[in-house]
Amino acid sequence: MILQDFIALSPILTLGGFALVTMLAIAFQRHHARIATFALLSCLLTLATLPWAATAAPRGVTTLLVVDRHALLYMGLILTATMVIIALSYRYLMVQFREEEGVEEYYLLLLLATFGGLVLTTATHFVSFFLGFELLGLSLCSLIGYLRTRRHPLEAAVKYLLLSITASALLLFGLALLYFESGAMTFQGVGAILKQAHSVSALWLGGLVLVLVGIALKLGLAPFHMWIPDVYQGAPTPITTYIATVSKAALVALLLRFATEVGVLELPAVAHLFSLLAVVSMVTGNVLALMQQNVKRLLAYSSIAHFGYVLVALLAGGPPAAEAVTFYVIVYCAMSLGAFGVVTVYSSEGSDKNRVEDYQGLFWTRPWLAAMLALSLLSLAGIPVTAGFIGKFYAIAAGVDAGLWWLVFALIANSVVSLYYYLRLFMTLFGEVATSATLPEPQTVQRPAFISLTTVCSLGFVASIILVLGVYPEPLIHLIRDSVSNLLMVALQKP
Amino acid sequence: MSLWLLILIPILAAPFAWMAQQQSRSAPRWIALGALSVDGLVALLLGTGEHATQASGHGAWLVESSISWIPRWGISLHLGLDGLSLILIVLTVLVGVVATMASWTEIQNRVGLFHCNVLLALGGVIGVFLAIDLFLFFFFWELMLVPMYLLIVIWGHAQRRHASFKFFLFTQAGSLVLLVAIVALALLHQQATGHPSFDYADLMDLTLSTEMARWLMLAFLIGFLVKLPAPPFHTWLPDTYAEAPTGATIILAGILAKTGAYGLLRFTIPMFPEAMHEFTPIAMGLGVVGILYAAVLACAQTDIKRLVAYSSISHMGFILLGAFAGTELALQGVVMQMVAHGLSTGGLFLVAGALEERYQTREMSHMGGLWAVTPRLATMALVFACASLGLPGMANFIGEFLILFGSYATQPIMIILASLGMVMAAIYSLGMMQRTFFGRQQDTRSVQDLSNVVFGTVLLIAALQICLGLYPRVVLSTAQPVMNQLVQAAASSPTMPHPLSESLLSSHLTTSQGSTP
Repeated sequence: MILQDFIALSPILTLGGFALVTMLAIAFQRHHARIATFALLSCLLTLATLPWAATAAPRGVTTLLVVDRHALLYMGLILTATMVIIALSYRYLMVQFREEEGVEEYYLLLLLATFGGLVLTTATHFVSFFLGFELLGLSLCSLIGYLRTRRHPLEAAVKYLLLSITASALLLFGLALLYFESGAMTFQGVGAILKQAHSVSALWLGGLVLVLVGIALKLGLAPFHMWIPDVYQGAPTPITTYIATVSKAALVALLLRFATEVGVLELPAVAHLFSLLAVVSMVTGNVLALMQQNVKRLLAYSSIAHFGYVLVALLAGGPPAAEAVTFYVIVYCAMSLGAFGVVTVYSSEGSDKNRVEDYQGLFWTRPWLAAMLALSLLSLAGIPVTAGFIGKFYAIAAGVDAGLWWLVFALIANSVVSLYYYLRLFMTLFGEVATSATLPEPQTVQRPAFISLTTVCSLGFVASIILVLGVYPEPLIHLIRDSVSNLLMVALQKP
Repeated sequence: MSLWLLILIPILAAPFAWMAQQQSRSAPRWIALGALSVDGLVALLLGTGEHATQASGHGAWLVESSISWIPRWGISLHLGLDGLSLILIVLTVLVGVVATMASWTEIQNRVGLFHCNVLLALGGVIGVFLAIDLFLFFFFWELMLVPMYLLIVIWGHAQRRHASFKFFLFTQAGSLVLLVAIVALALLHQQATGHPSFDYADLMDLTLSTEMARWLMLAFLIGFLVKLPAPPFHTWLPDTYAEAPTGATIILAGILAKTGAYGLLRFTIPMFPEAMHEFTPIAMGLGVVGILYAAVLACAQTDIKRLVAYSSISHMGFILLGAFAGTELALQGVVMQMVAHGLSTGGLFLVAGALEERYQTREMSHMGGLWAVTPRLATMALVFACASLGLPGMANFIGEFLILFGSYATQPIMIILASLGMVMAAIYSLGMMQRTFFGRQQDTRSVQDLSNVVFGTVLLIAALQICLGLYPRVVLSTAQPVMNQLVQAAASSPTMPHPLSESLLSSHLTTSQGSTP
């Protein structure tokens, strides 16, 4: 029995172990390339343990964690995204950092944040929930400020720290209230009240709302989105990518489990709250994105809107909702990796390339890079052949299935609005090359052939994911349906 | 599999056209022409033979191919060819050739990418005409959008950014409404049978509540009317047509507009017959408004491309009129009008584009008296202007005449008003001729007339116009089984007042129409 527990936990244990080894390796000898490769391998090996862990799933390991296919699917997503981000980070750090400043801890922090993410996907108890939440948040905070000699990253780090503290405070207070009312710390224990009584006390509801607000803060749903654009803009681009993908995916995994096991969506009050959040997020994100001149800010606002779409899917309730949400999040991660990945790679050639004008006529000077960005933008806009279309299709289908006509209508109207700014950037890529703009300056940093290979591989991988999911999503759908049935089964199992 | 060939030939040729740019400037053009001709040949091979005129759609496809795609949602790669799709695919290939010819001298930079986009867009359009799974249909429906957008935004004229925005936003908004309706249909199928399906045949059998049918019909209609376009969804069109490069304009006007009409015929009419019938007065009213309003605006234009663009809206109004009239005669007219308009607008835009290329202006006030300078161009312009104004003997005449004749019984007053559109057509078409080719010459620069190759292409199109005008049976008999089926589908609805008398009348008229021009 104990062995089975270890098998089920193997991904978390492996990554934790490797994080420790990485720390020791850094203490032993600093070497950028070696540590980066090691971090990459850690993720790869952890990824390799997933099928093994699946043989033991679904399995509750102590009362804190539960490893089921839902958790494993999200782990796969998180680890894959982390690998892509590590691959993209290497060049970026080489350019942005001086050798003697010590860049190696960056990878350690990334592994720790990912570790936190893995814990979140399996959390089924307040303690594990909070530990994962904090591990992810604190690691990210130091990562955002990692370029410590610059002004913007520091500013962003302080903002993120404040946000993190606020979110944690709300979350803790909410958890305390829930515990006070229900006397339980497991998600199911908290939800049991709802299943028995059908009417809940105001304190319980208040606690629940505080917890949800804590999650919404981290997910950046409007009106809790104020930090998103500043942090996205200020953070080093690979970390921005990380916040947009790994951190959000882990939180969505948690939110799905929390929502199913507690059964929050059955409460009309919470459903209304979520509808409101969804509409406000979509509208705020899209309207504010319209006027942005900075690519990272533009993508930041668009991410707010995208999580509004995710909420529409979530609100549908039941298996179709979980399926749609998971699909959308996976797709969103792929296209964010694509879009931010291009910004990272392009910024790795000297100064940060954040302004829209920097991308003027990129298609004529750097066709592959521009094509990658164009593909990601089309996917974000939800045009067929790209994964984004199937994602949007899923969100609409979930909404229509549940008869949420107004939300679906809001989603459509917002998609049209969002087209405007995606197209604006898209059009810039194909514009005439500005005469004053100098071509990308010749490489000041010598780049070994191996590096550009990682760039090509990682972006190529992301592009193929976007295209394959857009044309042949069936295998992934199959996988997600498995995971969703697992999630619901666990939720229905015992009181 | 042969149907996939039709779609894949242009799409697979597209990257080669792009790469061929490195060889020479004309290599991509030849590749585009080659791919289109092969495609046309395949289509004709599929369409000739005894059984060609038997296929009526709705289960009786001429060629059909189905592969499972996303079983979770009941989506399959289901293609089917019948008379209607065959006609439109041949038209697509023809218009594609005209567009390539029109760009032969106009497009001088990034030739490879241009033809790559043209081929991708045409591949998407052919997919639209073949797909009978609604998800697949929507997939292709959107697929053609991005290449078209790129054509406008990279090779367009001064106001291209504005125009391409408008084009993309309008069509995409319409498409999303359509998508919701398609998804809703599939989910209604799930409610009825337990599993979702996007298949045409499955969704046809679905019984809908009256209110649901009304909403869904409206959503489908909006999606298609934006493409058609009909007022009040037409405002993207004049800007887009005027600012796009000539080749793209020809594809937009000749083919993309027809996808909207095709959607009406293929999906809206047979799927929601009752809701359609209720909506008939409003839709036909929109058609008439479109015909007259666009015709009046066309008369007032000084920009030659905008004039043709408005005339195009006016002609598409007839299609809306005929589609909603629902008699077999009118529906036959719709098909004829689609073909005729595709050819005549293609020709007119080619002439307009050639003038713009030579004089760097689209203002007709700067032209005038060009008959002496460019006699070939002028003759061809006259032929297509006559086609556009509905001169008997031209294909447009057959189309418009059949529509008016076939719909008179349904809405006599509207038809009388609509026929005024033909008078207006004479005013703006001849006005265009007078201002550009007759009168005193404004610009005395000597310019080249049409080159032999382009002239040959245009002559071919003009010849086709006249042939179809004199012997429309080719098109009418190919489309007849499909249209017959449509009338029956509409008649099967209990609220349809007089199905029998009308279909008798129309079939009688069709036979007589077919034999005498």
